[in-house]
Amino acid sequence: MEFGLSDDQRMFQDSIKGYLDSAAPLDTVREIADGDSAKGQSIAGGLAELGLDQVLIPERHGGLGLGLLDAALIQEALGAAVAPAGFLSTAMAVAGIESAGTDAEQSEWLSKVGSGDVRFGIAISEHIGAREGAGVTATDGALTGKALFAMDTQDATHVLVADTDGRLHIAAMADGVERIPHATIDRTRDLAELKFSSVKAVALTGENEPGLAADRMVQTGRLLMAADSLGAAQTMLDKAVEYAKERKQFNRVIGSFQSVKHLCAEMAAHLEPARALVWHAAHAVDENMDEAALMVCLAKSHLAEIGTFIARTSTEVHGGMGFTDLVGLHYWFKRIGANRQLLGSPERVREEAARLQGWA
Amino acid sequence: MDLSLSPEYESFRDEIATLLADNKDKAPTQNDRGMKNQKRLDWQKWLIEHGLAARTIPQEYGGYGAEPDILKSRIIAEEFARTGLPKGIANQGVSMLVPTLLELGTEEQKQAYIRPTLHGEMIWCQGYSEPGAGSDLASLATKGEIDGNDYVINGQKIWTSTAKQADMIFCLVRTEPDAKKHHGISYLIFSMDTPGIEVRPLVDMTMNANFNEVFFTDVRVPRDQIVGEPGKGWQVANATLTHERGMLGDPNAAKTRLLAIAELMQKETINGERLIDNPVFRDRLIALQARVYAMQANGLRVMSNRIKGESAGMAGLIIKLQGCELNHELARLAIDAMGEFGLLYGDTPYLRDFGAWQAKYMYDLGLIIGGGTAQIQKNIISERGLGMPREPRPAAV
Repeated sequence: MEFGLSDDQRMFQDSIKGYLDSAAPLDTVREIADGDSAKGQSIAGGLAELGLDQVLIPERHGGLGLGLLDAALIQEALGAAVAPAGFLSTAMAVAGIESAGTDAEQSEWLSKVGSGDVRFGIAISEHIGAREGAGVTATDGALTGKALFAMDTQDATHVLVADTDGRLHIAAMADGVERIPHATIDRTRDLAELKFSSVKAVALTGENEPGLAADRMVQTGRLLMAADSLGAAQTMLDKAVEYAKERKQFNRVIGSFQSVKHLCAEMAAHLEPARALVWHAAHAVDENMDEAALMVCLAKSHLAEIGTFIARTSTEVHGGMGFTDLVGLHYWFKRIGANRQLLGSPERVREEAARLQGWA
Repeated sequence: MDLSLSPEYESFRDEIATLLADNKDKAPTQNDRGMKNQKRLDWQKWLIEHGLAARTIPQEYGGYGAEPDILKSRIIAEEFARTGLPKGIANQGVSMLVPTLLELGTEEQKQAYIRPTLHGEMIWCQGYSEPGAGSDLASLATKGEIDGNDYVINGQKIWTSTAKQADMIFCLVRTEPDAKKHHGISYLIFSMDTPGIEVRPLVDMTMNANFNEVFFTDVRVPRDQIVGEPGKGWQVANATLTHERGMLGDPNAAKTRLLAIAELMQKETINGERLIDNPVFRDRLIALQARVYAMQANGLRVMSNRIKGESAGMAGLIIKLQGCELNHELARLAIDAMGEFGLLYGDTPYLRDFGAWQAKYMYDLGLIIGGGTAQIQKNIISERGLGMPREPRPAAV
């Protein structure tokens, strides 16, 4: 019985934090957000060297065979640095292919993901909720329709698409997928509309029921969104505390005023149990525990709420400076805001948690 | 991360489950009222003899004498929760005085008090807070003046639970009036039968007297009835205050409460619709469920730290604040879900769950305030946990 991280897990997370500290400071994040794709690819390359593409791929397919808890720790580090990175989509793709693919399909695609030859974007938002009649249908090996909120497709070679029946298909971006980027608040994330008109695609043909693999992908993505918000929120808390210890008003550091201290204490008091919840939910998925699906829903929705609270409160502790682009706190604020809506807003995810328990 | 139990602990669980199942008829029921009801005392004795209460207290002082093992203690607690059988006594004497005496008491004090306290034969109350010393507890003014071999105590305590039933009191008294405030306090233990003590029940918003005021007029206490050195009472008391705060945020209690509300919401209907089928109430329930699960996971993390002898850091500091707040909000949801039925309180038709939710909602507000207010907890979290500076002392008023 041990509830906590292993030394290996801590070391892996520290190595990623160390890399991001030097390779992706806020100035670099800004440049990437402003469209410097070379810098973005350089970070993707650096993260690949650390082994991020192989993390969730089973050893028999040439990967590291690590679990969702390990992936969550990586995502936490990425969120802490608001790093633009496709790790979350890669993790979702691996989960989908593992769940929906035959052994041969898994072997083919996962080895290519692991080697970096294939990079997946994800088109799955319609599986969670279709807006404006969006959706992709598959006929005779070709996809038609649109996917409204596809993730990480700009640098992707392929896109993994959930069709309106919940079956998974793989299409090469170069085979005529039309991509219309969304302008969103969170410029560290790549979100786009994809249009398909009879785009050639291969279906994953394993034995799982339709929808099951897509659900598995959503579960992986939601847990990692929660971990990303955990990291981003921790950074916002750290920055608030640091600022409050330096900034002076009324001849005192503002961190000595109880009104300011109590805001910081409230952030910490909400965040610390949320960290344990993310660990517990990830571990539950790794161990196939009974309540795994429920716990992921709880983690996703809870981190959305806690993240929102901390994003707002940390900004407030920074006073006017928190509101400026100069300090750049808004990068974390917006990342947390995006995580809240993507792959299901908290209200919708809680509704799903209720259904899982037979209450809806 | 490994949440499984080794075979040794699995078989320990089986052993405890069998032991409890075979002896459940010995357990007192709700009809066995009173702290010193014979059936209750017999049950406590049996629990101690079988290592189910006072487990790690040495046998020479009336305990079971097992090596401390946090996991085994947890398994025992879980088996009591699962079977619904009454667990061992956890009053202030057992949970606060006994650890204090074990650490700092004289051999005579240990011999005299620990055994009867553990066995429920000696009831204690805690004399800490005063009308003028709440959050600023160290400013307490009840004085103990030396007269021959006695301290002569004058003053008043408040928020003293079980003072009516108590045989004894452990009490903070200012004995060194010239010392700085934290250094002038002594920790005295004496009988509640001592002449000059008056107990007045303090009716609170629940309309019950959960607490009392205790008045001391020339109460004579022999000078050897002190725990620790004169003037060191603040340190003596602080050793166990930390323990009290840990008790006040128990995540398993929140889980039990959550399940009870889910059940209530499946039973209660408005216009024929079950409350669980109302999306607004259901959303509130799940939002609170996430917080309950977070606190449970946090509890597992803290336990793991304790097993390894490590500090739990921030995860430990936040338990009292978050746990009490969460319990209070759970009660609020239950009342809101019941609507007008939620108002019913006391002996009245249509009462749900014996009016327990209103009682909890009010009493838990008391727990948010007591044992170190939420605001004091936030000072502790920000100062000890986040390293933020103390509020400068204001100029004297």
